[in-house]
Amino acid sequence: MSTTTETSLLAAQLPSRFSFVRSRDFPLIPLLILGIIAFVAVFADLLAPHDPQVGSLAARFHPPFWLAGGSTDYLLGTDQLGRDVLSRLIFGARVSMVVGFTAVIFAGVVGTTLGIISGYLGGWVDQVIMRVVDAWLALPALSFAIFLAAIVGPSEMNIVIILGLVFWTRYARIVRGEVLSLKEREFVRLAIVAGCSKWTIMRRHILPNVVNSAIVLASLMLGVVIIAEASLSFLGVGVPPPKPAWGVMLSDGKQGLMVGYWWLTVFPGCCIMLMVLSSNLLGDWLRVKLDPQLRQL
Amino acid sequence: MAVMEAVGLTKLFPGRRGFFGGGGGTVRAVDGVSFAIEGGQTLGVVGESGCGKTTTARLVLGLEKPTGGAIRFEGCDLQTLDAAGRRHYRKSVQAVFQDPYASLSPRMRISAIIAEPLVTNESPSAEELSRRVRQLLDLVGLPAHAADLFPHEFSGGQRQRIAIARALSLSPRLVVLDEPVSALDVSIRAQILNLLRDLQAELGLSYLFIAHDLAAVAHMSHTIVVMYLGKIVETGEAQELSRAPKHPYTQALFSAALPSHPDERRDEIILSGEVPSPLNPPSGCRFHPRCPRAMPVCGVEEPTLRDVEGHLVACHLYDMGAGGRGLGET
Repeated sequence: MSTTTETSLLAAQLPSRFSFVRSRDFPLIPLLILGIIAFVAVFADLLAPHDPQVGSLAARFHPPFWLAGGSTDYLLGTDQLGRDVLSRLIFGARVSMVVGFTAVIFAGVVGTTLGIISGYLGGWVDQVIMRVVDAWLALPALSFAIFLAAIVGPSEMNIVIILGLVFWTRYARIVRGEVLSLKEREFVRLAIVAGCSKWTIMRRHILPNVVNSAIVLASLMLGVVIIAEASLSFLGVGVPPPKPAWGVMLSDGKQGLMVGYWWLTVFPGCCIMLMVLSSNLLGDWLRVKLDPQLRQL
Repeated sequence: MAVMEAVGLTKLFPGRRGFFGGGGGTVRAVDGVSFAIEGGQTLGVVGESGCGKTTTARLVLGLEKPTGGAIRFEGCDLQTLDAAGRRHYRKSVQAVFQDPYASLSPRMRISAIIAEPLVTNESPSAEELSRRVRQLLDLVGLPAHAADLFPHEFSGGQRQRIAIARALSLSPRLVVLDEPVSALDVSIRAQILNLLRDLQAELGLSYLFIAHDLAAVAHMSHTIVVMYLGKIVETGEAQELSRAPKHPYTQALFSAALPSHPDERRDEIILSGEVPSPLNPPSGCRFHPRCPRAMPVCGVEEPTLRDVEGHLVACHLYDMGAGGRGLGET
């Protein structure tokens, strides 16, 4: 930059705010899928054609409408109790969304806080927190979750807490690593020179700079958490029936698979896969977009 | 009275141990360094990387605790200060660091960055704060609307101006400048150095100016300290020292700097080898393995600082009866 223009501010030449939507690698389809699932979850009461929890035994094992014996009344068929599969899928989206997001946020808040404290304070605090994390990670996640679920009993709220407790360690590890490099940066040293307290520095200088990593991790964790929730429900220690969760549907439908009632498992399976795939693709994109290493800050 | 004084300042770092416990030892990063900074004056510290300049700065800023020796601020030893005294010290000593891309918090607005020391140490009202920020921006030559922008919207030189404005927000008595222009384009350097000099004249600031750029140090300083491997090898009045350096290391440093006139010819002294590891410094004079004028005594006995024609020099060449005559006259 020449000497004459050095003091004149750089004109803001940033592209307009939303132009990134048109860029080539923008994950439009994953976002659309997640958007649709979220929309369906919010308006489940209006969208579902039937009550998801009450069926009529007269209408058991209807196949989807395009097969012989199917009717347009039950678009994706009915299950062993005559409940509409489509309605159950729609309400299941609500469970997956609520449990997935709250568990990820809960784990993120716990993990990020402990990661920042551990990384910034160092010393014995760091030792204690990181040894706890090591021990935590040595437990197989799913068995640990089943164990916890067996203790506190199954409910949606408990599932959120359990998944949060199982997955906070990943945030703590990654955030701590980031904090270790951040605290050697000059702006943190200058904050010490300016007389800021440790807590102020953590809140004002460290936290805003690790939020990006935490968000990227959260988007990648969303898939893991949804799978974990479905697994717990499948194993019967997750969302208690008759609440329609996708995992519960898989579990209920698994005997039917052998005798040709494939729609009971294939549809919820596809829903889980689509949601996990979308959140992973979104996470990959976010990582490139928000990674401080890749972006000039 | 000197604003700040360091007496026999020493900082040792424990060396990294090997897997089986071997290889311990200590790094003598700063070893018995003494200097004084007078009010309204600049003390320049020069030396190659690894000579302890930055550790000295960090000791002065209180980011590290000294292993030995003392730092006195306005006559009071830092170690013995009570809470109020330490607060006063924090407010009186601020810093500007080398890398303007790392020294501004990337997610804070300029106004918040500049105001942070004020908010932390005093409790000014909102309008008082914004008035002060505008005033500081004006002082360092930035427009008032810069206050609402983020650091990434500025160039390196502008960022360094912001860092200076922040350092000045508490009206400190001493500013530690740790290589404030090394990361900047040559064309910007002079601007920043002149800004620092103008501010010194206007506000009566004292500077501890640390750099490896001799020309910048000679331009800025009233007194120069030359360090090598944690020790002072020569110190003296800036003009005098840059005109007639006495220690072979200082002479080598000055001969490596570009002459101020293209026709000027000087004897070039090329130093061979690298700076030795401070984990295992050479015996005697730490400079003797690389010194073009080394004598047998240099490897055995450590020279002390002695007065040679107005400078303090730590070199056996100036011992009584030693064959060092003629060196000083180059």
